[in-house]
Amino acid sequence: MSTEAAGSYTSASKATSQAVLRENLRQYGLVLALIAIMIFFQFTTSGVLSDGWISFGEITSFFTHIQSGILFKPVNLTNLILQNSYIIIMALGMLLVIVAGHIDLSVGSVSGFVGAVAAVMMVQYKLDPVVTVVACLLLGAVIGASQGYWIAFMKIPSFIVTLAGMLVFKGLALWVLGGKSLGPFPQEFQLLSAGFIPDVIGPMTLPAWLGGATLHSTTMAVGLLMIAAMVWSSLSSRRNRESHGYEAEPFAFFVGKNVVLAALVFFLIYSLASYKGLPNVLIVMGVLITLFVFITKRMTFGRRIYAMGGNSKAAALSGIRTDRLTFYVFMIMGSLAALAGLIFAARLNTATPKAGLGFELDVIAAVFIGGASMAGGAGEVAGAVIGAFIMGVMNNGMSILGVNIDWQQVIKGLVLLGAVVFDVYNKNKS
Amino acid sequence: MSDTILEMRGITKTFPGVKALQDVNLNVRRGEIHAIVGENGAGKSTLMKVLSGVYPHGSYSGEIIFQGEECRFHGIHDSERKGIVIIHQELALVPLLSIAENIYLGNERARGGIVDWNAVRRGAADLLKKVGLREDPDTLITNIGVGKQQLVEIAKALSKEVKLLILDEPTASLSETDSEQLLALLMEFRTQGIACILISHKLNEVGKVADRITILRDGRTIETLERDQISEDRIITSMVGRPLEDRFPPRTPNIGDTIFEVKNWVVHHPLHPERQVIKGVDIKVRKGEVVGIAGLMGAGRTEFAMSVFGRSYGTGISGEVFLHGKKVDTSTVGKAVRQGVAYATEDRKTYGLNLIDHIKHNVSAANLKGVSSAGVIDDMRELNVANDYRQRTNIRSSSVYQTTGNLSGGNQQKVVLSKWLFADPEVLILDEPTRGIDVGAKYEIYTIINKLASEGKAILVISSEMPELLGITDRIYVMNEGRIVGEMAASEASQEKIMRAIVRTEARAS
Repeated sequence: MSTEAAGSYTSASKATSQAVLRENLRQYGLVLALIAIMIFFQFTTSGVLSDGWISFGEITSFFTHIQSGILFKPVNLTNLILQNSYIIIMALGMLLVIVAGHIDLSVGSVSGFVGAVAAVMMVQYKLDPVVTVVACLLLGAVIGASQGYWIAFMKIPSFIVTLAGMLVFKGLALWVLGGKSLGPFPQEFQLLSAGFIPDVIGPMTLPAWLGGATLHSTTMAVGLLMIAAMVWSSLSSRRNRESHGYEAEPFAFFVGKNVVLAALVFFLIYSLASYKGLPNVLIVMGVLITLFVFITKRMTFGRRIYAMGGNSKAAALSGIRTDRLTFYVFMIMGSLAALAGLIFAARLNTATPKAGLGFELDVIAAVFIGGASMAGGAGEVAGAVIGAFIMGVMNNGMSILGVNIDWQQVIKGLVLLGAVVFDVYNKNKS
Repeated sequence: MSDTILEMRGITKTFPGVKALQDVNLNVRRGEIHAIVGENGAGKSTLMKVLSGVYPHGSYSGEIIFQGEECRFHGIHDSERKGIVIIHQELALVPLLSIAENIYLGNERARGGIVDWNAVRRGAADLLKKVGLREDPDTLITNIGVGKQQLVEIAKALSKEVKLLILDEPTASLSETDSEQLLALLMEFRTQGIACILISHKLNEVGKVADRITILRDGRTIETLERDQISEDRIITSMVGRPLEDRFPPRTPNIGDTIFEVKNWVVHHPLHPERQVIKGVDIKVRKGEVVGIAGLMGAGRTEFAMSVFGRSYGTGISGEVFLHGKKVDTSTVGKAVRQGVAYATEDRKTYGLNLIDHIKHNVSAANLKGVSSAGVIDDMRELNVANDYRQRTNIRSSSVYQTTGNLSGGNQQKVVLSKWLFADPEVLILDEPTRGIDVGAKYEIYTIINKLASEGKAILVISSEMPELLGITDRIYVMNEGRIVGEMAASEASQEKIMRAIVRTEARAS
């Protein structure tokens, strides 16, 4: 490499670290917003369960409140994850759909319908839960494909196709259940949502000077392994950059980012371990989130979706089969909606005709709060997941506070609007 | 004739970090055609936005004096009320409304909110007569060509009692005849006392119609030339700040055997399948050869290229494509690319780039396989590729992470070229590769084309600028109405010869 070339590489890489920082600024903002919302609810929910009101005397110390708040209680954190798992799982698929430049309004109805089918299969026909789950995931894929066919190959707007799908599958769910609820489910099926990983190592009690809590040690082990894997993977990708002669982000920044991230994961794992351990759903979620981050960031399949959403004509003229790609995206969305429907049904332990009602709105809101663009081509998995958590924490916190359902809707609506306004304002400024 | 209608004095406009305009002066006389020329980024558009009130008073310094009074515009409405109308390069017409509705859009002939359709039609018909457009006012915009749409825009301006008409690159997407007609119309306005500011890259037409020319460079006024001082060399020297000896890089062709051949290519219109758009075209391109396709707008050149490239245009396509004498299948874009055929579009914003993504992702878009294995992208390999091509095609940007939507036209074109170079084609079809980009960037593109040819690629260039074809190609096909109507070596070709080939067939057709 000539000196001239080397010179230009350095200048390119300097700008790179700036660009990386700028690119991620929004996500750090989102994480901070989530943390702020959590602290707010942790603070305001303290003492709520004791007497329903925060008395004047109790506001004396901020820290007593932080400690006595309900939001961060292990049992509530576990609940929070269980309650929002199906929204997060669908948000992953919805992110792809929205990045591709489409929308799917049918996911709530589809998840309700699949839950109903699962109930009929297990309760009425006494089929094996494993067979049922596999069949239902396939059913979801087929439903997604059948909608995707019209959108991808017949060029019918996705809004219309999935609006039709929303009505169709809502109706079919009612028909399958005959208008009644159906349950309960076999024990194994309930594990999908209510189960925790077994403690193969056995419980571990901390010494008194560390708080003396009894911990689910398998959960702790899995968590620590996860943290190690995270640190290792970001270290190795940093090494890789450097070995190719590119400057990575500033070291202090890199360390800080990883420490904060590791601390957050540790806190979550510790909380879970001091209750019943790692919920099965969280494992499913974790695997799916990792998979979707990988798909969107590293795989050609993901890159093509972004290229198509950004400019579908240019993508087609670059040799990308846009119709097939759209079809696959809807198929993935369908199977995720099915999975979400199964988890939701397992959690309630019954399938009701009303299951899934309005889920699509929460899912779509999560993706947009997470910074995806309505026009397609922009949006990130991490953003969608954090967006879903923001919605979830607000639901949970407001419920504990006893905020009425009517005002909960108003506040959630305003948060969605605020997040998008903030985004657009930022974009116009730069 | 010499009284001033507009004077802009000491205009300075800064954006965060950049001085877009610095002490710019402009003086336009009543009833003159005043051309503004300059490279991309010289500040022409910014100056016009200041003048038309897009950048409101207070966001710039300096003063605007129009018809003897100082003006402080706070929006386009203010400037339009005074009779300053700007027509942008991208036309602001609503495709599914009629010509008449478009002319009076925002300025409806109405009383109490109720439109008087008779007045609208009558008014529109009058205005259409003035601009010499013979179309029914009820025709939808989408059903007329770009040239006619441009005339509708002018009719719309006339409906607002325009005193100063600003045209931003009006002929960029027009054919030679449509351009002539438009320029003739501007000359007619001159006799009616309407002043015109004409922004154009096409120096020959500027030289033909302009009374005076103001040249901008790097946000400053360089000079204003009077009619008798105008010469192309003088303009170019002022624009680039140095004398430009040659507009085309020297070329020593090294031509081998035929690589690419299309035989008896027939294409039908996608919406009217009974209409033949391409009527049996045969062409050949040899190794290391740059071949041009000349023709008027609508001759079918783009349609031909796109239909060969993965049937991206048209229906009922028949004909054969040969590479190295072997028949190949180019029926999808993917297959065409795999065979080694690439097509860089004439419309980079609509068909060429993902404008919201950065350079790196755009460069790899047509050859993701080249930066991935088993469907997983190697980020480092992609970054190296992007940096490499950024350097090779001399893309001016802060890094490969710059969003392509923020690049200038010339640099965007280089990104499109990089994308196709990375796909490593043997045959490269370039459709209007220098449309709307400045003299300096054009030279760079020509240099890249030369280099590719010397590497042994076969290159097919479609261009509406005849001097360009004559300057950079080895051989020229002339196309008209879906047929090849002439073929000549570039060394023996001339603009007259090309036009004669076209006119001959037109005469035969009528």
